[in-house]
Amino acid sequence: MNARQDLGTSADASLRELMLDIEAGTASAPMHVVRLDRRSFLKLTGLAGGGLMLAFSYGPQAQAAVSKSDLSPNAFVRISTSGKIFILSKGPEIGQGIKTAFPLIIAEELDAKWSDVVVEQAPVNPAVFGRQSAGGSRSIPDSWDQLRKAGAVARSMLISLAAAKWKVPAAECTAGNSVVSHGKRNLGYGAIAALSATLNVPVPKPEEVKLKDRKDWKLLGGSFTGVDNRKVVTGAPLFGIDQVLPGMKYAVYEKCPAVGGKVRSANLDEVKKLSGVRDAFVIEGNGKTTEIMPGVAIVADSTWAAFEARKALRVDWDESNASKDSWRDLAGRAKALAGKPTGDKVLGTTGTPDAALAGAAKQVTAFYTYPFVSHAPLEPQNCTAWSHDGIVEFWAPTQTADRALQTVSEALGVPVDKVKINQTRAGGGFGRRLMNDYMCEAGAIAQRYSAPVKMVWTREQDMAHDFFRAGGFHSLTGGIDAAGKLVAWRDHFITFSQDGNGPSSGADWSPTLFPGENVPNFQLSHTLLPLKTPTGPWRAPRSCSIAWVIQSFIHELAAAGGRDHRDFLLEVMGEPRALAGGFHTGRAADVIKLATEKAGWGRKLPEGHGLGLAFHYSHAGHFAEVAEVSVDKDKRIKLLRMVVAGDIGPIVNMSGAKNQCEGGVVDGFSTMLGLEITMENGRIEQSNFHQYPLLRMASHPAVEVHFIQSDHPPTGVGEPALPPVAPAICNAIYAATGHRVRTLPLTKEGFSAA
Amino acid sequence: MAAVKLRINGKDQVADVDPNTPLLWVLRDTLGLVGTKFGCGMALCGACTVLANGAPIRACSTTAASVSGQDIRTIEGLAPSESKLHPLQEAWIEHDVPQCGYCQAGQLMAAAALLERTPKPTDADIDTALAGHLCRCGTYQRIRAAIHTAAGKIAKGGVR
Repeated sequence: MNARQDLGTSADASLRELMLDIEAGTASAPMHVVRLDRRSFLKLTGLAGGGLMLAFSYGPQAQAAVSKSDLSPNAFVRISTSGKIFILSKGPEIGQGIKTAFPLIIAEELDAKWSDVVVEQAPVNPAVFGRQSAGGSRSIPDSWDQLRKAGAVARSMLISLAAAKWKVPAAECTAGNSVVSHGKRNLGYGAIAALSATLNVPVPKPEEVKLKDRKDWKLLGGSFTGVDNRKVVTGAPLFGIDQVLPGMKYAVYEKCPAVGGKVRSANLDEVKKLSGVRDAFVIEGNGKTTEIMPGVAIVADSTWAAFEARKALRVDWDESNASKDSWRDLAGRAKALAGKPTGDKVLGTTGTPDAALAGAAKQVTAFYTYPFVSHAPLEPQNCTAWSHDGIVEFWAPTQTADRALQTVSEALGVPVDKVKINQTRAGGGFGRRLMNDYMCEAGAIAQRYSAPVKMVWTREQDMAHDFFRAGGFHSLTGGIDAAGKLVAWRDHFITFSQDGNGPSSGADWSPTLFPGENVPNFQLSHTLLPLKTPTGPWRAPRSCSIAWVIQSFIHELAAAGGRDHRDFLLEVMGEPRALAGGFHTGRAADVIKLATEKAGWGRKLPEGHGLGLAFHYSHAGHFAEVAEVSVDKDKRIKLLRMVVAGDIGPIVNMSGAKNQCEGGVVDGFSTMLGLEITMENGRIEQSNFHQYPLLRMASHPAVEVHFIQSDHPPTGVGEPALPPVAPAICNAIYAATGHRVRTLPLTKEGFSAA
Repeated sequence: MAAVKLRINGKDQVADVDPNTPLLWVLRDTLGLVGTKFGCGMALCGACTVLANGAPIRACSTTAASVSGQDIRTIEGLAPSESKLHPLQEAWIEHDVPQCGYCQAGQLMAAAALLERTPKPTDADIDTALAGHLCRCGTYQRIRAAIHTAAGKIAKGGVR
């Protein structure tokens, strides 16, 4: 992957660094020490005695239930004498189901009865909780050991307490369903918690507790409904935008429609006179798209008053350094480069691709184009901030709560220990909320105002000021030998750069990634076009676009050789072996076989129907998918069924994991079918959902999900089911019609949803 | 500013707002009912759907004054009581429908209106009734299944 030393100092560079951190699962904010025992916790928090309860005094429910006799072996678990088991979920819930999955992992090792568990959102304190970010599908793999140990420590303590009470060896006691047993004697966890006031047993060290064997799991792998479902369906306040504080005001923040523009002047006096407006002022910002760009803040008595005032706001923007990006121009320049087999920079070469192509029995060339797309989470960016008592406090639907501490500290010039962040549920993330620009903006407004301020972006602002999934272009040449075997692959990737220091965030690819190590003669090169429009990680960054190119082109080559696609793909995988970055060709072959078997690969289909296969490895997940489509003579397409086969190791919550795959398929289909962001003169041309038509109910496919629950360590599932979707559908379109889609979205080639 | 009389979830309320304020912001900012969500502001996404005299409306694009005197039902008023959920809410939980959950209040209100007039809806009925609702997370398959389950519960005598 990219070399960190080349990153530079631009906002995009910090984004690329963030992506590397997220994908590596490494820490960002001050979180070097992750020890869960009582002594370390006390040391880190500088608290003693009852201070241990601090971590649990967050939610009102937990606060009310805190009692001195509760048993709290570490920061994650507190067992009340009533038998209720309070578990803190440390990371951001953005719709990926982690607020249910994290506590399940703890509860499994704790041998807790799930109905005894009450889940609360943890305060943001990475020194205590470790990683508190949601990105890269890293939540499960990075927290698996930590959370299991947290549960096991608590179980071990409960057993020790019961054993001490009974005066028997702890080894003779067993735990299960929130009860410790010895022979015919039983003690419930609540009763044991009450004992802890009088009995003293040491808190075991996390590294010394024994974890359960997989065969003894009672919770993990089962289907559990989301712990916040009841609140969601009854409309209880949950999301960032739902925050209400006493005396709170409402704000909007208007930035230049072309990124990089500065405020020359604005009709602030007029705006301030409007009904319901409290204040209006210019914020210079620090010029970083990931922090604070220049703009005008309006503070008002209601969101509506702020939105109305925004309509009356007139800003004279200085656009001398603003983006002039034009998608039409960039696409034209890319097309002109299509004939160049090799780009400005060769990223990697294996064998002799030019010679192998020249000598191939068949050569296939193709030019693939995919557009920029927006994250468009349904909850627009928003944040509530309050500057009070020497601190700046936030209520934020962020994906990177830990990292945000540092970001807002730097952007606002406030020491990091004077920043407090409360993480709220987020109405969708998809990578957008890895960046905390909206937090910095809200903080900057709050610093200039005497009351708490809730800043909400309009949908139009949300679409205009995104960190878009980068569009891109691939000029490909592939070769097969007389036996129909793939022998050569050359990809000239035409992509973008913000600063000349390598591709823009999310717009890079590497020769070590598939199929770089699977083709004997291979070359990947790139040419960088200059870009100012911010780009960033979008669900399964890089893979979300490039898997479509790679897996479509493999099918092109299979078809050119008259080969069955499944056989060809398995042949490309070759012998089972581990390749770079955790990719294993044997696991790949297994999911390819499973998906095709479940989809009835090779069966006879009605006229106008087709099956399409694609595989992709990303975010530690191996996924193969088979799409079944129908296409009529007017190019109206229906995705009838998508069979998903994945290997992400053992499943934590089957319902949640399947939901992520179902959503990944809908998201992938929605995006490849009709979504694109274009810009002219630096301005994003789409403003709201009428121009950015997300898939609706009538077009959703039947999604069928199968997991191979291998013994590999469990990994995340928010992202890896998405990348194979678009190529599987395009390959199915080819099977149905003989038409090869090389430009996305599909609407560009005349397709529409049936 | 003016006193706008509203009947919300069976309770008469007076909101001191500009009568042209969309109902959405009166609910959220003035009355503290934040279950109804802001998604687009242009009646495109359905997140702000509430019922006015039983019919689904987009609260983001309906002025408060225009629904004064009508019987407004929001997600907070969907359950028949504190202890008893609407069959749709039960089904939503059983099918584990929500991912992020942001659109679900609007989806539920549209589904409630659908079941009021079509107690046994077909897939096509559901697609039509919920056509104006976006779910960015893609929970459509589960929404449809949950509506069928709820219809079954109601047919068996569940509270509507």
